[in-house]
Amino acid sequence: MSAVRTFVDLLAGRGDPAVLAPPDWDGVIGVARSEAMLATLAHRLADAGLPPTVAALFADQRAAAAVAQRQALWEAEMARRALAPAGIEFVLLKGAAYAAAGMACAAGRQIGDLDILVLASDIRRAENALLKAGWEWVKSDPYDDHYYRAHMHELPPLIHKVRDRMIDVHHTILPRTHRITPDALALVSDAVTSADGHAVLCAPDMAVHCAAHMLADGDLQGGLRNLWDFHTMTRDFAAADPGFWGKLDGRAEMHGLQAAVHRAARLSRDLYGAALPGGWDRQDPADVWFRRRLFARDDWGRVTQPSLEQAFYIRSHWLRMPPAMLARHLWTKWRKR
Amino acid sequence: MTDRAYRAAPAGALRVEPLGALTAIFDRRSMQTHLVVSPMPEILEAMGEDACNVAALAARLAASFDLDSEGDVRPILAERLAELTAMGLVERA
Amino acid sequence: MRHRTRIAVGPVQFRIGSDWAEPVAALESLYAGYPRDEMRPADATVRLFAARPWRRWLRPSVHIGGDFVVPDALPLPLSMGLLAAEMGMNLQVALGWRRHMLLHASAVAKDGRALIMSGESGSGKSTLAALLGEKEGGGDWRLMGDEFTLIDPAGGDAFAFPRAVSLKNEAIAEVAARVDAARLGPLLAGTPKGDIRHLIPRPEAIAAMHEPARPALLLFPRFGGEAGIEPMGEGEAFVRLTEASTNYVALGEAGFAAMTRLVRETPAFGITYPDSAAGVALVERLWAEAAR
Repeated sequence: MSAVRTFVDLLAGRGDPAVLAPPDWDGVIGVARSEAMLATLAHRLADAGLPPTVAALFADQRAAAAVAQRQALWEAEMARRALAPAGIEFVLLKGAAYAAAGMACAAGRQIGDLDILVLASDIRRAENALLKAGWEWVKSDPYDDHYYRAHMHELPPLIHKVRDRMIDVHHTILPRTHRITPDALALVSDAVTSADGHAVLCAPDMAVHCAAHMLADGDLQGGLRNLWDFHTMTRDFAAADPGFWGKLDGRAEMHGLQAAVHRAARLSRDLYGAALPGGWDRQDPADVWFRRRLFARDDWGRVTQPSLEQAFYIRSHWLRMPPAMLARHLWTKWRKR
Repeated sequence: MTDRAYRAAPAGALRVEPLGALTAIFDRRSMQTHLVVSPMPEILEAMGEDACNVAALAARLAASFDLDSEGDVRPILAERLAELTAMGLVERA
Repeated sequence: MRHRTRIAVGPVQFRIGSDWAEPVAALESLYAGYPRDEMRPADATVRLFAARPWRRWLRPSVHIGGDFVVPDALPLPLSMGLLAAEMGMNLQVALGWRRHMLLHASAVAKDGRALIMSGESGSGKSTLAALLGEKEGGGDWRLMGDEFTLIDPAGGDAFAFPRAVSLKNEAIAEVAARVDAARLGPLLAGTPKGDIRHLIPRPEAIAAMHEPARPALLLFPRFGGEAGIEPMGEGEAFVRLTEASTNYVALGEAGFAAMTRLVRETPAFGITYPDSAAGVALVERLWAEAAR
């Protein structure tokens, strides 16, 4: 069996780590690293019987992820200190939100840039407040800058000049040019307060955003991780609230993201063994392409189907942009190589 | 200018280790190391847990240190507090 | 990948894959005396690959990849495949290893006590360590490593990473004059880092690579100028070593605790020296007079 399938089985709890031979571990660890999920796997197998050197590597990964998560959450705290005096409230998104809310998927999860959501009407003031508090523009070329401001759902990335960490300030969760426009006002006004005092999206919106980020917006880079986030959060939300799936359906429809959310649910069933309620538990022939893309890694962690990767890259831009603009964007990107 | 109030890190958040002329401060909240020189450690120490402005801080420091000669220490303390704020060790109350 | 090998250096088990046979063959000959455990899963993966399939043969150039990648790293010609492998191994350790605090420093040990030397490339820290490790008569120094020294955050001990020593430029002749030619790798002339030739550490150093040593002396050598010794305060040593550590920040409080302990418990000096012989003499003198 391929390493990536073994890896997914281990996460899903289908595979028995005790039966893996040493070469299998090489592949599993290689895939986990290239999906930025080694510490996630380390948490998943924290109580499993493992070869001693693998157990030691996993312990290192868990400790390092705990440090990295504190560092990431500190960025949220510093953003709060920068924005609060200006009266700007924000909602944490993605990894930082999962960590702030103490969710299962946060265990070992890598958190990259800090992603925050502010009201569109606050975005200029947020930009100014952050610039005053030590963030600065990542040097980019004028085309990229124009592209961000005109078409994307976020400011061009800012980096803090001392801490060297990036912040992405969003005012909605999909690009302006995307065929779908989620209700950004509802996202902010229905946000909830996490255990550590930060605002995060309400449960159904969090799942909607996760699916949107993975399927409607993204080119499925990091897809296994995003799908793991989606799987574990929907599982836990549904366990806490029997009406969750119904609420999720309604919320997804309101944001125009029902197709993406349903696909994410089917894929988390196919890969991670999610139990779906009636109405969700269906088949869609197109899912096969998504599964192939998610499984396209060899045991050295390399993408095995570059053409499929390229197709998903173009698809992600196709969803975001009208075709004429897409041609111009890809041409500009191409020329820049 | 208004004399703003600041608050130092809560007890247990910082690990302070003097290293000769320097003091290394580890902030458990941010996982960052700050290397500072006098009077930064003294300022943090004097601030304690409660909110305090420059005037109050100057008074507290004067109680334990000899601050007399060079005139008004308050502008200097305000500057140091701004630096500690940028490091995240101190927060505006 | 088409060609592959496994190498254990200190606590790190590497898996190295290559699109070409040559770098793997060169590695296997350089690391033939190292312990091999084919059944131990790898901690770190290095990939040496051609960016396009035809570049395996046509002006073959070796890209360095693995668990961690430097986005803009330039490829090397196949004749420097061994250097590419070395750079790949260093990169994976520097960016991926979390069990110890990594110091970009060379180290030698005697009687269970370690002398750690940290400095920029060109400071001579590798050459000094190699020469001490090869000292005739007084061959009681054990080479721990010429590139990385590992500090156990819990206990404070130093651990070895005795990869093949990377001798550069003038150091090649200096060391080659003292060792059996069988312990030297091929000469890699005109690499981006100058001429390079690898030295295989003594078998005793390889056999003892898992033995800890207590840090006893920290030196910050600088090559050139009059021989000189400058005692270094705890604060400056702390600053210099955090700059020389690739994973200090990632270790959080464990790194902070290990670093403060190291600089408090270990005497530190900056040294300058005009040539290797003077450098070795200075080091020996400080070891006798100041080591803990």
